[in-house]
Amino acid sequence: MQVKEYKPLIVAFCCNWCSYAGADLAGNNRLNYPAEVKIIRVPCSCRVNPMFILRAFQRGADGVILCGCHPGDCHYTSGNYYTRRRMALLFSMLDYLGIERERTRVEWVSAAEGAKFAATMNDFAEKVASLGENKRLEDLRCKK
Amino acid sequence: MQNKKERQKEQILRMSGVNPRKCMRCGKCSGTCPSYDEMEYHPHQFVYMVENGDLEALMKSDSIYKCLSCFACVDRCPRGVEPAKLVEAMRLMVIREKGANHLTPGDIPALLDEEMPQQAIMSALRKYSK
Amino acid sequence: MQRIGVFVCHCGTNIAGTVDVKAVAQALKNEPGVVFSTDYQYMCSQAGQDIIKAAIAEHQLSGIVVCSCSPRMHEATFRKTAAAAGLNPYMVEIANIREQCSWVHKEMPVGTEKAIILGKAAVAKVNLNAPLTPGESPVTKRALVIGGGIAGIQTALDIADAGFPVDIVETKPTIGGKMAQLDKTFPTLDCAACILTPKMVDVAQNENVRIFSYSEVTDVKGFVGNFEVTIKRKARFVKEDVCTGCGACTEKCPQKKVPNEFNLGMDNRRAIYIPFAQAVPKVATIDPNYCTMLQKGKCGLCAKVCTAGAIDYQAKDEFIQEKYGAIVVATGFNPISMEKFDEFAYAQSKDVITSLELERLMNAAGPTGGTLLRPSDGEHPHTIVFVQCVGSRCEACAEKGKEYCSKICCMYTAKHAMLIRDKYPDTDVYVFYIDVRTPGKNFDEFYRRAVEEYGVHYIKGMVGKVSPEGGKLKVQASDLLDGKQLHIDADMVVLAAAIEPDKSARPLATMLTASMDTNDFFTEAHPKLRPVESPTAGVFLSGTCQGPKDIPETVSQAGAAASKVIGLLCKDKLTGNPCVAHSDELMCNGCSTCERVCPYGAISYQEKEFRMPDRTTKIRRIAVVNEAVCQGCGACTVACMSGAMDLRGFMNKQIMAEVDAICK
Repeated sequence: MQVKEYKPLIVAFCCNWCSYAGADLAGNNRLNYPAEVKIIRVPCSCRVNPMFILRAFQRGADGVILCGCHPGDCHYTSGNYYTRRRMALLFSMLDYLGIERERTRVEWVSAAEGAKFAATMNDFAEKVASLGENKRLEDLRCKK
Repeated sequence: MQNKKERQKEQILRMSGVNPRKCMRCGKCSGTCPSYDEMEYHPHQFVYMVENGDLEALMKSDSIYKCLSCFACVDRCPRGVEPAKLVEAMRLMVIREKGANHLTPGDIPALLDEEMPQQAIMSALRKYSK
Repeated sequence: MQRIGVFVCHCGTNIAGTVDVKAVAQALKNEPGVVFSTDYQYMCSQAGQDIIKAAIAEHQLSGIVVCSCSPRMHEATFRKTAAAAGLNPYMVEIANIREQCSWVHKEMPVGTEKAIILGKAAVAKVNLNAPLTPGESPVTKRALVIGGGIAGIQTALDIADAGFPVDIVETKPTIGGKMAQLDKTFPTLDCAACILTPKMVDVAQNENVRIFSYSEVTDVKGFVGNFEVTIKRKARFVKEDVCTGCGACTEKCPQKKVPNEFNLGMDNRRAIYIPFAQAVPKVATIDPNYCTMLQKGKCGLCAKVCTAGAIDYQAKDEFIQEKYGAIVVATGFNPISMEKFDEFAYAQSKDVITSLELERLMNAAGPTGGTLLRPSDGEHPHTIVFVQCVGSRCEACAEKGKEYCSKICCMYTAKHAMLIRDKYPDTDVYVFYIDVRTPGKNFDEFYRRAVEEYGVHYIKGMVGKVSPEGGKLKVQASDLLDGKQLHIDADMVVLAAAIEPDKSARPLATMLTASMDTNDFFTEAHPKLRPVESPTAGVFLSGTCQGPKDIPETVSQAGAAASKVIGLLCKDKLTGNPCVAHSDELMCNGCSTCERVCPYGAISYQEKEFRMPDRTTKIRRIAVVNEAVCQGCGACTVACMSGAMDLRGFMNKQIMAEVDAICK
């Protein structure tokens, strides 16, 4: 019997101005990161509603990462500060529910940091893979 | 050898809580220092030499005892580097290497005289009681 | 149900090399709503765009998904294509299968699988897209400049020259700002007044410019193109339009002991005064804190000597309201207080002065008539010590100094040292420096001239202590290069005090909802590419309110800010970004949470009448988003507890649909 290699499913929310551009730069420089990372573009990291993250976990994502501009560099001046506070709360709640801290992350990636984007994604995917599949919040009704 | 030097430097930094990299080499510490002329190495040199791991020369020098521990340099440093704390840590390291030749609180009354200012007693304690 | 068309681009081999584009087009054909799917070599080319246009017409598409490069690259292109074919441009979504797929993955199956999922996410989103129309708002063709220093004057002149009316609001009784107090300017050594005062006259005579001196902005409402500003005109107790500026009152006023702020308190003025001879407007002002008539009701001498009858002791503060299309902040700087630097004995000795005080001491119109004399005894100083970086680059003492470099001190200290050596060659001048920073045209040459031609002693080191002793100042300092401690008996010590933004800037920033950094400098929209715009639309920055800078830089920034303002005022209507927040009034409970997180002040509240199911009416407080101000960050959508707030173009359900498509 052939066992299929486990690949974690990762949802990455990237802000339009810094991190999404950083991801584009990673592409321009042909820097590899796992294909299981799927990027969703949002105008600002502060647009990410905790509901989106819960929904991703419910639907079977193994890890969720939020990328925004560096503190102080937010295109909207203060959006990433909101993100930082909101996610600190959300992640501690998720931790309490048994979703390991390593499955969630907030990372600041500027438009110039293609290499950092790729490195971050590689590192994050590796960490999540080591944790194995996320079953805690998964809703079986979502699966066919 | 390199290891010992690195270890010593790390120990000095830990004991003093000083980050010599913050120094912008303005020399205000040495401009402030009241015992500048007594010292072979001056406050700004302490910071620079510790950063470079050049501890041997400092530990051998009399300068570590010439420092009055008046903390004027600590007060006036624009970058908050606190050179006097480095000197103090240096002294401590030398004393520790020599073994237990401490001054104990019991020895102090005999050394006091009427003229001695309060601050001198405090700085003597800082300097020799560790 | 939408009718969606999917267009998969090969991008030559850029995408097709690692993604099986035909398979992607095929897979997406079966997605809900998709009625047409195709692939092409270069979608962004004219031929590719024609395919899209033809498909929109042929299949009556209501939305399209282009699987191609990054939306940062060609989203605008494809939106234009859609619009040309009669489709709302916001019904276009891009699946980024080049930068975020084909370029970062090497194997065809992996790339293809990911491209299909990204395509599905885009299709899921388009299914929920709604046509969006950008809002339009009119532009009031008048600009406000806050601050009447060289930055404000230059900005106002440039805007006025383009034919737009401009108002300058200045808190002092005269415009001119700090530059009016300077003696000479580096590196050319031309006199500041000679180049500034003609500009002051120009601006006063320009028919497009109104100057509100002795006034303050007290309230700002509205948004880009439509600001409503309240200006407080402080009572100056002299009728501005009647006063001829003859100065008779300022000579007769018996209250002679008022510290003269123009000369930094080094001499006195009267209670009724004109700050300096070339003041604009040249009108007297009564200082209510010192005027005997206003304090005790006795005197009235100025009214008696005024032949024009301009004195009005009953004057009150007036408030005027005006509409503006754009606001330029030019609030400038002040030297920081030296009182807390005990080691330099600024508070103890009159002979320890700041550089700005030295400017006045060397100025022909200053307290000493331009002769350099010690403030304590009026003697000629023979040894002068300059101390650089006092309070600048000072990280440890946040309550005393500033962490940043004040930028101008190196140059003006070189200027002072040079001027003193030139005028009084018997004077010894020492400059204690940490670094000499002279980036600028002809700047380093200027500094070298001070050393080489004028023999100024530059000493690498810092002054540790200044103690006044027997009429002298004992300066104790280090000479780092010589390894010596120096003891100099100085006659005068000049401190190059750090500069800080004017105190009025912080409350003004709150009124404008413009952001500031931790040092109270206004932040720019982009530190490199948009340096004269505030992140708040319609607010522009000029001069030192944005960061320390010298006169040439200030003037060029002032011109740049003016050109941005002119660009804005030239438009008849402003087109907004339609991807803005929107509150569902039936769900909103008026809790004000969204208002507090909005960085732009775009959310306000109104009372609205609702018809209830039982046919009664009820008045409820609801949030209203000003679409012209909202920039579409979405902070409010997450803060909203009742789920009433949503962001057009990035709606909750759209992002959820993307999440679902990815996690399927």
